Amino acid sequence: MISGGHDTGFNKLKTINRRMFIFSAAKAVIFFGIVGRLFSLQISENKKYLTLSDKNRLRETRLPPIRGEFKDYFGNTIAGNLKVYQLHVIPEQVEDFRSLLIRLRDILKFDNKTLSKIFAKKKTQKPWETIVISENLSWDEFSKINFYLHELPGAKPVITVGRSYPYGESYTHVLGYVSQASVNDLVNNKVIKERNVPGLRVGKSGLEKKFENELIGTNSIQRYEVNAFGKRINQIDFKEGSKGQTINLTIDTEIQKLTSDLLRDKAGSISVMDIYTGDIIAMNSSPSFDPNLFLYGIDEKLWNSIKSDPLNPLLNKTVSGLYSPGSTIKPIVALSALENDVIRPDKQVKCEGKVEMYGEKYHCWKKKGHGFMSLKNSIKQSCDIYFYELARLLGVDRLSITAKKFGLGTKVLGEYFENEKEGIVPSTEWKKEILGQNWYLGETFITGIGQGYIQTNPLQLCLMTAQLANGGYKIYPKIRVGQNQKSYESIKRIMKENEIEAREEAKEKDNALIKATEEFLKVEKKEHQPLYRNPENINFVLDAMFKSTNEIYGTSYSSRIDDPKYQFAGKTGTSQVKRITEEERELDLDISQIPYKNRDHAWFIAFGPYENPRYAMSVLVEHGGSGSKAAAPIAQKLMRAVVDRHEERTKRNIMV
Amino acid sequence: MYSNFSFTNQQTFFQKLRSIDYLLLICILLVGSISCFAMYSTDGGEVLYHTKNHAIRFALFFTLMLVISFINIKMWFSLSYLFYGVTLILLLWASLYGITASGSQRWINLYFINLQPSELMKIAIIVCFAKYYHRAQIHSINKFTNIFVPLVILIIPIFLVITQPDLGTSILIALSGIMVLWLAGINIKYFVIASITFIISAPFIISFLKPYQKLRILSFFNPDRDPLGAGYQIIQSKIAVGSGGLFGKGFLKGTQGYLEFLPEKHTDFIFTLYSEEFGFLGSLLLLILYAIIIYRIINIGMISRSYFSKLFCYGFASSIFIYIAVNMSMVLGLLPIVGSPLPIMSYGGSSMLATMIGFGIVMSSRIYNNQIIS
Repeated sequence: MISGGHDTGFNKLKTINRRMFIFSAAKAVIFFGIVGRLFSLQISENKKYLTLSDKNRLRETRLPPIRGEFKDYFGNTIAGNLKVYQLHVIPEQVEDFRSLLIRLRDILKFDNKTLSKIFAKKKTQKPWETIVISENLSWDEFSKINFYLHELPGAKPVITVGRSYPYGESYTHVLGYVSQASVNDLVNNKVIKERNVPGLRVGKSGLEKKFENELIGTNSIQRYEVNAFGKRINQIDFKEGSKGQTINLTIDTEIQKLTSDLLRDKAGSISVMDIYTGDIIAMNSSPSFDPNLFLYGIDEKLWNSIKSDPLNPLLNKTVSGLYSPGSTIKPIVALSALENDVIRPDKQVKCEGKVEMYGEKYHCWKKKGHGFMSLKNSIKQSCDIYFYELARLLGVDRLSITAKKFGLGTKVLGEYFENEKEGIVPSTEWKKEILGQNWYLGETFITGIGQGYIQTNPLQLCLMTAQLANGGYKIYPKIRVGQNQKSYESIKRIMKENEIEAREEAKEKDNALIKATEEFLKVEKKEHQPLYRNPENINFVLDAMFKSTNEIYGTSYSSRIDDPKYQFAGKTGTSQVKRITEEERELDLDISQIPYKNRDHAWFIAFGPYENPRYAMSVLVEHGGSGSKAAAPIAQKLMRAVVDRHEERTKRNIMV
Repeated sequence: MYSNFSFTNQQTFFQKLRSIDYLLLICILLVGSISCFAMYSTDGGEVLYHTKNHAIRFALFFTLMLVISFINIKMWFSLSYLFYGVTLILLLWASLYGITASGSQRWINLYFINLQPSELMKIAIIVCFAKYYHRAQIHSINKFTNIFVPLVILIIPIFLVITQPDLGTSILIALSGIMVLWLAGINIKYFVIASITFIISAPFIISFLKPYQKLRILSFFNPDRDPLGAGYQIIQSKIAVGSGGLFGKGFLKGTQGYLEFLPEKHTDFIFTLYSEEFGFLGSLLLLILYAIIIYRIINIGMISRSYFSKLFCYGFASSIFIYIAVNMSMVLGLLPIVGSPLPIMSYGGSSMLATMIGFGIVMSSRIYNNQIIS
């Protein structure tokens, strides 16, 4: 018999061991549970956690992209980048912000007002956002800061890139300017939003804005390893961004600068265009302002003075200014009349200085009258009476068709300038639609001398002149050097072919059916289409314009150049700003006696050299008085320069 | 009486040396050295404060363990209640005059060490219960007094530790004690009744928890609830372990560790750091070492003749296992965050001291395994 004590002892032992066994089994289960968990975290989901760990430790900083440059036709940089030395402070990283700033004030010698401005700015920002203490340090200041850097904990001297416009105000209206990206910029342009970093400057107007997406470039990216508190430990990677595209313009800086000089102290506009390639050689509007002012944020007072200037420096008058074309429309009116067989060129009209039609008096600019005028003479001497008669016979609708054909009433450069205005080429239909009124015959008369509803911008008149001067062919104006643009020679060849075709067609005019079929089959319109019905009509008008400048009694005779190299043809225009009363007419005031705002706009359109013309231009002087006195002399100087640059340009053509 | 004389008291020193469990010893040494490397990594690859302290403590307490090993298990048996009593007094002392750190008053300044009596209590409770049930007869175990007295012995320290407040340690003390009660043979129905009562009363207990403790439980169920606040630790810990992969990021290359993303990387989250640097394989190695340690302790319990040794070894092995399981489950996101160190690995003198005392008594059981305690 086993004693009771032994029995209980045995039982106790058995219980302990059994219960330990249960424990051990449970332990094994838990052990494998933990191993399983480790496996699932470290093997199955390893990728996910690796990514998360990298996200923890890596931070990317995007640096501002380097903006592409603008170059003129000859490769000169007209908008480039400039090293800018700045001083940044991140308040979070500064122990004693106040004493740092006071020390900086002593070194950089800025006044207390600036100091309090910085303090005010600090309050509006998050502590980790950069405060730009100084946007533009001189090299001296910059090196001074670097010298004292050890006693300026938290100050960060930074070299960044700023926009510079070496030709200042000359290119303002073409290129526009850049400034800090605004909320609107970010909302309207995805690319800007994507690449935005604090202090990024983007185009605000002109081509800088138009080509923003090409110019902007891509950000450089710095990758840092940071610890849990966001402190940078070391740089892991630096991905260099690419600079924005360089954009080449057709503009010649020499001419562009000259246009600035010619328009100095005046309000006005100048455009110069290649009549074959459509290249815009120069395009300027006056007054202008220095776009470099915007580089570091413009002073508010200065900005206000620019904004409130009565001469409106912010308006690009070349594309956004609308004016009555005045007598510069006359070549088109004459052409339209000839094309529509309204008159014969030798039709005579007697000008007595004024004419009464349908109970209204209409005046010629020449009070005494021109006497008997033929069509050619009426262009040459710009006789208004003749054109009242011409307009009466022609009617406004036929005139508007021709005017539109030659480029009036549509945007010249399409979408390049966001506020380019189309202008108005009125017709009976237009008036009915827009104003809801019937057309009056009297309005036809004044449309014939470029007054009334008709509105054009200076670039349209330049294009119109160019399309007349090249013999009446459509051209495609451009300001950017394109990829596969046609050379002058090939364009000329196409025009010649088109002329031959047009002459043949004219001969077969009777066979309307054949023509209709041909037209129907001609799916694609050929380039550089003729805009005329009969090329002789174009030649007639061009000859009249030549006489207007180069023959005595011509309106711009005094601005002629006899040297055949520079000899040009042109047409003056004087557009009334307000209706002249009978009394004023009697007074016959001198220009200096009329208030500036009431003076006429002076126009001149020209092309040259006369033998084998190549360039067309339009000159507008706002409130300049008569075209012959204020605008034509400018064109004269400009023509010389443009022709002188021709050889250089041709050389460059071959190189390009 | 004879056997008592010839087998235990008369062992020569070399006999004693020979009867040491060397596999257990080697595993402890291995885990110890791994812990020193881990500590070296937390110091950023330099021998700084933590590494130095940890290594010194390990060496010191390892020696202490050896000393304890060579002292007869009878001695430890007779000192059991005293050990418990002293630890309880220290706990009281800590509650009254202890040092407060991070919102909890749990340390006593002993000049050479800041002692955390609650850590010692984890061992003391096992020793105490082992002695209590050593004598108890199997048929009298379920008597009222045999349940009531141990419950009082258990609840007093738990209460003291909870009020420090230190929820983690008190849970671990409770678990250690309950496991010995279970091993001693207390009727299963009591455990079942206790569990049901606990589950039913859980909502009330939760309402007594401190707000940060509630947050921890909430963020355990959904760490993304507050990723930078209460859920931060568990998210970062999982990232560290998960990004380690099969082979780990390499020694001293754990980015989560050296870039300070890991919370408490020296103490409770030391496994996370180790696992990030040494990967799945390294973690598995550590787990296997721990498994061997636990297995060897159970083995010693099995060959021990006295109930005291048996109960202590089984109880200690189970406790060690619970510490490891709770710590790992916590850092792997399987349990809510409660403060619980990983034995040997975690930085902390008291925990190391308690663990080593435990190993010492286990080793003493091994050397004097034939000792009969009457």
